[in-house]
Amino acid sequence: MRAPYGSGPLAPAVLAVRGAALLLALVALAHTSVRGLAEPGLALVFGLLVAAGELVRRGAAAGEREPAPLAAAGALAYALLGDSAGRPTTHGSLQVIAVVVVAQALAAVPRRACGRRTDADRAARRTLTVGFAAVCFQPLYASGQAERWFGDGPWFPLFPLTVLALTALCDAVPAALLARSAALAGGPGALPPYGSLLVDEVRALAGTGVAIGATGVVTALGVAVAGPWAPAVLCGPLLLTQVSARRYTAVRTTCGQTMASLARATEIAGYTPPGHARRVAALATAVGRELGLTGPRLTVLEHAALMHDIGQLSLLDPVADGATARLPAAEQRRIALLGGAVVRRTGAGPEVAAVVEQQADPYREQPLAARIVRTVNAYDDLCGESVGGPLRALEQLRLGTGHDHQPQVVEALGRVLARGGLTPAGAG
Amino acid sequence: MSGTPAAARACILAAVLCAIWCTLPAYTPDAPVPWGTAVLLAALGLGCQAAGRRSPPGGPGPVAAGAFLPVLLTAAFLLPPAAAALVAASGSLAGRVEQPPYAARRIWRAAQLALTCAAASWAYATLGGPGTLGGGGAAPDFPRALLPACAAALAFSLVLTALDGLVLAAAERRPVHRSVYALLPLALGPHLVHALAGLMTAVLWRSPYGPLSALLVLLPMYLSRWVFAQYHREQAAHRATIRALVHAVDIKDTYTRGHSERVGRASVLIARELGMDDRRVEGLRFAGILHDIGKLGVPTRVLRKDGPLTPEERRIMELHPEYGHEIVRGIGFLDEARDAILHHHERLDGSGYPYGLSGSRIPEFARVVAVADAFDAMTSTRSYRRARPVPAALAELKRCAGSQFDPRMVGALDRALGRHGWSEADTAVTADEPREPYVSREPYGAAAGLRQDAPLIPRARSAAPLSGPSRDRRR
Repeated sequence: MRAPYGSGPLAPAVLAVRGAALLLALVALAHTSVRGLAEPGLALVFGLLVAAGELVRRGAAAGEREPAPLAAAGALAYALLGDSAGRPTTHGSLQVIAVVVVAQALAAVPRRACGRRTDADRAARRTLTVGFAAVCFQPLYASGQAERWFGDGPWFPLFPLTVLALTALCDAVPAALLARSAALAGGPGALPPYGSLLVDEVRALAGTGVAIGATGVVTALGVAVAGPWAPAVLCGPLLLTQVSARRYTAVRTTCGQTMASLARATEIAGYTPPGHARRVAALATAVGRELGLTGPRLTVLEHAALMHDIGQLSLLDPVADGATARLPAAEQRRIALLGGAVVRRTGAGPEVAAVVEQQADPYREQPLAARIVRTVNAYDDLCGESVGGPLRALEQLRLGTGHDHQPQVVEALGRVLARGGLTPAGAG
Repeated sequence: MSGTPAAARACILAAVLCAIWCTLPAYTPDAPVPWGTAVLLAALGLGCQAAGRRSPPGGPGPVAAGAFLPVLLTAAFLLPPAAAALVAASGSLAGRVEQPPYAARRIWRAAQLALTCAAASWAYATLGGPGTLGGGGAAPDFPRALLPACAAALAFSLVLTALDGLVLAAAERRPVHRSVYALLPLALGPHLVHALAGLMTAVLWRSPYGPLSALLVLLPMYLSRWVFAQYHREQAAHRATIRALVHAVDIKDTYTRGHSERVGRASVLIARELGMDDRRVEGLRFAGILHDIGKLGVPTRVLRKDGPLTPEERRIMELHPEYGHEIVRGIGFLDEARDAILHHHERLDGSGYPYGLSGSRIPEFARVVAVADAFDAMTSTRSYRRARPVPAALAELKRCAGSQFDPRMVGALDRALGRHGWSEADTAVTADEPREPYVSREPYGAAAGLRQDAPLIPRARSAAPLSGPSRDRRR
């Protein structure tokens, strides 16, 4: 989710998202300052909740999907707030946006003072998301339409839940836009299709997103019953969720680093050229996206690509340049099986081991991930050794489509490479 | 239940009788029990347990087993003690049990949670909690509602840990007060948070929005538990990956099989003796396990060569600390252990490699691992020579202390071995996992989680006192 920040021109998608958020914020602030705050006490409580939530994000790892769940839940709760302690409220959707924007700005001041970057994209996304939820909820609530549809009894929670579901879908759209422009800035050859990113964003909502949304709705309902005490009581459980999520993220990162180290071991041992595993993993992931893989299947592919050469460690002497693509098929298969045996011992999971084991089989017997690993690995090997460079390597792969390489995978690889401009393998 | 000691059986029987006595008031015909609420809550508890039982093959289960505490605390707030005990017992009877004896553990847990819930509910009612929840047209009385809820959480923690202490005392002869001191601080914080969630659930349950909205409070709590279980799974995956790194060295260098783990354990012995904190002890375990990882970079021919190395081969061999440092460079959590990998062949007088550091300029971790490495190299059998006995190896280490090794580390190893011993089994060919690479502290649900780890029945203890502190893991 990192945007090219302060360096170079901004991508149009980033500009559009930020511009829309800025416009919305300005309108909301102007409207609120003219009309004055309705229910200042509640505005203060929710403003504090959002600001505090932004501040306790301290310690969040870079790239975490939602580093401040407390702030997100607080902002959603204010947007979905109907009654307070049994009495109706009159703050409109624009006041919700104004309060959230001011709270975020206030929380950004100490972060800035510590010399840390403010995340403009995330703030813009939150403003748009909360704005959407508030605009859906508040007018229907104020006009009494919601009560006519859902009643004021046990069915009323369905109304904020419906708005929440719509908001989640709507939030995924700018998130995928921003992710796409970040990938664009991240380098050529890696530009994933929009649809696959959107699926990823919606899938990512399943864990923490549900917890945040449910807490937002519950806080709103809690205020409706118990007044401003409810947010304070519900802070504890949500912080617990945040702690769990953060520990999980931390150990995931560590596990990924260890796997990358294991993958690099073959390079240091001189079995494969420097950077080979990393290049194959990056290119294989791009090809996988191109072929429509998402979520866990993409992760399996990435890990398998990282570790595909592990089996070479058991060879007495290194293969020249580590280029297994030139070895006899039986030898290739033996190395693949040895690699699978090592990977089975890692925490990468049996799926990854299976892909590593089958990477040297003819493509008709392989799962898709193994086909991709095989083709991309061959491409990287051929690029490294041939004088002809990438074009020649692709040509050779096309010649092998009868038995070794699946034509669709080779074509997808060609498309990925064409988008990034044909870079020589060494430059990756 | 045949394997259960008599004292533990008596303890379980007493708890069951107490629990049944607690639920008696609910059976009287005019008891003020809201049966609808009780049945719904019991179904909810059963549902959570059932989800916890469904575990994927190989994994530790999607959600840590054990009762879902917020539901129990909600029951304690909404129901009279007798009914709360019934809800707790019905849920835990269906729950998953990790270790045998299954029947005894399940019955014990049901009785324990029934008693705990009844106590929490009683404390809540005594302080006038039910009146502050609102409902039936009245608004909840908010700052005042917090006090009974916190008191109930306190009662919950106290009774739960006290009962844990009792059964541990009966089954393992561990003093009750020691168990309670160990468990209570870990349990109190999470139980308070669960009580707050339970309070909000109860308030919404009584409100016009009804049980459906109350379920929404439990959803984030349940997800948080799910995330925590994922965390444990990922942690296991990480341990396995570290083991795979070590295994990759074993593939290349068949002489030193098992050496890495033993150096890890010897390093831990020294670290404990020096009084290092838990985090650094774990760091040293990893440093010891991974110290030779750089041998991956040394050609297999050189590693497996029988007979003396040529100067050229020796030079290549001496590159392994730098290769090792390069391999683990990207692993953030290793921290100090990376220095140990780079410098474990430095000598105190400056004649070592790769940098020829001397004295206190050699990182502390590296000085520990150097001693552990030399000790295990001497006491294990290699293809070219036989193992030396432990006293001879220690004498050799002492002889080289000051010139090659840090005397402080040698002294610590000497004392640690005097206390714990270094058994024959430890020098056998092994490649097992470190027992607890992390000190895993559950951030919540502590007592429920700890209770499953703590063995109800004492394991058959090996009589040999010379086994190290981590000896039993190879059984």
